[in-house]
Amino acid sequence: MKPSREQCFEQLLLGKTVKSQGWLERIRTAELEHAAILNFPSTSQDDWRFTDLSALFQYGFHPVTSYAKLTLSDIGKFLIPGAIRLVFVDGCYVAELSDVTQLGAGVTVAALADRFGDKLVEKNFGYHAPYKQDAFVALNTNFFEDGAWVHVAGEAAEPIHLLHVATKREVPSALYPRCMVVMDASSRATLIEDYVGLGDGIYFSNAVTEVVLKEHARLQHVRVQRDEKNAFHIGHCSVECGRGSIYTATSLAFGARMSRHTLHVKQQGERAEIHLNGLALIAGRQIADTHTQIDHATPRGKSIQLHKCIADDSAHAIFSGKIMVHMGATGTDSAQSSRNLLLSGKAHIDTQPQLEIFNDDVSCKHGATVGQIDAEALFFLRSRGLTEKLARNLLTHAFAAEIIAKIPVPSLVESLGRTILERMSGAHI
Amino acid sequence: MINKGSKVLLEVKNLKAEVAGVEILKGVDLTVRAGEVHAIMGINGSGKSTFSKVLAGHPDYTVTGGTAAFEGKELFALEPGERARAGLFLAFQYPVEIPGVSNSAFLRLAYNTLQTERGLEELDPLEFEDLVQEKIKIVEMDASFLSRSVNEGFSGGEKKRNEILQMAVLEPKLAILDETDSGLDIDALRIVAHGVNSLLSKDNALVMVTHYQRLLNYIVPDYVHVMDGGRIVRTGGKELALELEARGYDWLRAAA
Repeated sequence: MKPSREQCFEQLLLGKTVKSQGWLERIRTAELEHAAILNFPSTSQDDWRFTDLSALFQYGFHPVTSYAKLTLSDIGKFLIPGAIRLVFVDGCYVAELSDVTQLGAGVTVAALADRFGDKLVEKNFGYHAPYKQDAFVALNTNFFEDGAWVHVAGEAAEPIHLLHVATKREVPSALYPRCMVVMDASSRATLIEDYVGLGDGIYFSNAVTEVVLKEHARLQHVRVQRDEKNAFHIGHCSVECGRGSIYTATSLAFGARMSRHTLHVKQQGERAEIHLNGLALIAGRQIADTHTQIDHATPRGKSIQLHKCIADDSAHAIFSGKIMVHMGATGTDSAQSSRNLLLSGKAHIDTQPQLEIFNDDVSCKHGATVGQIDAEALFFLRSRGLTEKLARNLLTHAFAAEIIAKIPVPSLVESLGRTILERMSGAHI
Repeated sequence: MINKGSKVLLEVKNLKAEVAGVEILKGVDLTVRAGEVHAIMGINGSGKSTFSKVLAGHPDYTVTGGTAAFEGKELFALEPGERARAGLFLAFQYPVEIPGVSNSAFLRLAYNTLQTERGLEELDPLEFEDLVQEKIKIVEMDASFLSRSVNEGFSGGEKKRNEILQMAVLEPKLAILDETDSGLDIDALRIVAHGVNSLLSKDNALVMVTHYQRLLNYIVPDYVHVMDGGRIVRTGGKELALELEARGYDWLRAAA
């Protein structure tokens, strides 16, 4: 018998008790209580009204108690040459698959569990993600076993790759990837959070990331969700941007049966710049939901956002992008664009740009378009000998490529380009 | 070059076609043999651009009567990609911009699709690079246009040159140029015409759709057809174009 919504949630709450100490234990206890009070969101909540979670409720997800042994060749296709790498398999850090030999001076990339005594971790961890409002964040905070700790002072010359691998397990499993990033003043880094699956197992990946950028720090934050087709993925990322910092996020959602990514960026120092690029590319019966919020809280901030959804077959993509310009955030300059491509008559895209401005002295632009493949472009390509399918795939790829090209790691841009083409079955370019 | 004994590439008989329920072509007949250069002239709305699009298979147009055979095969039974792979090429009046697709990747994809159709080896990017570097000389195009997105941000003249570059790479049996001269300044016109001339042989053929005679100074036609009201109302030699230039179209319309 399929479990109900309540049974599914209770099963998650049972979880696995993770040993922890001191401050973390206090947070965990608080989180579990919050989670129990919060329960799953429902479509009656404004933030969830487009997002149907019922597929998730069909399963009881069990904690992971034993770990698959993987070799580097098992994950070879996901590796980024030259990158600093932490690998987590089903939530557990695997030192043998990781590579932190290229760490430069002032750069720390380590398993969170090894750093729980660190004052800097204690000072930052758990303060940014909203565990009091969000049941998923609360669940993660209570049950995560390990995660990534990234601290950059100075410049990280190589990209930092956090690879979260989910393996196929006998029962549906709950995974809790976790990440904390602290960028010191004037530091620079490129971070890649990468969620992948091996095999077609059923799992629920509930990820939380917290990022702090101090004055004039610059972070290129890439997030790739390429989970397996039976997976559920709910991710939350909270970012705080200090004075003069530049935060650039490029978030891609390709995989999972149902996914949701919430990205909340707060501009908390003058002249911080926020660039958000997003792409959801889905087919079949996939659901991909992206919720972003940018809070301009201090003067002369800048934010530029471009989000694209591509939905084929009966897929459903959702984008909600809120930009809040608070009182006192004078001279804010903000532009948001939502561009969407429907590849089938049964596909569905909901896009909801929202501007809330409590201030006169601002420049805010936003726009949204939903369209189909351009008929003239399609005819043009066919008139050059391409089959209709190949021409469609090429145009779809081109629409997606604009976002993927913003990733500052050429080998990843290339491998993701190939991934997209593989997903469009039958194509060869 | 007229050679009555050469192979018939295209034979159109009593072609009728409509767009959005309005009949535009009302019975067009045209025979094109290998080695020939044809010009189709006419005023705006005469149906000449429609004719070229119908032959290439534009989905907005519906064929309602008549036949067209391409090397003996029923053209209208083929979808646009199959027509192209059979050796038909249309140079667009308004070439389409395709952001995100590099010109060289697109050209290689189209080229390799044709190679596969012809049972020949595909070229890898390096081999294709050598080929395309030769071809861009034909249209005097800067190599930087190859790495840019297809037609994106190209001037009108650059887009038309890019069309001829595609023709040079794909080597069609029958090329149809739809108002390729429109929007070209005299230097660009000369370059484009020179490029097209260098691609002509006894085995292929060209149909130019144009409003003006000036293109015909550079690409000399064997036949000039005048279209009016969805039909070819007069066919002559290259001197007919000069007569049209001197007298306009009205005298033919009256005669028709």
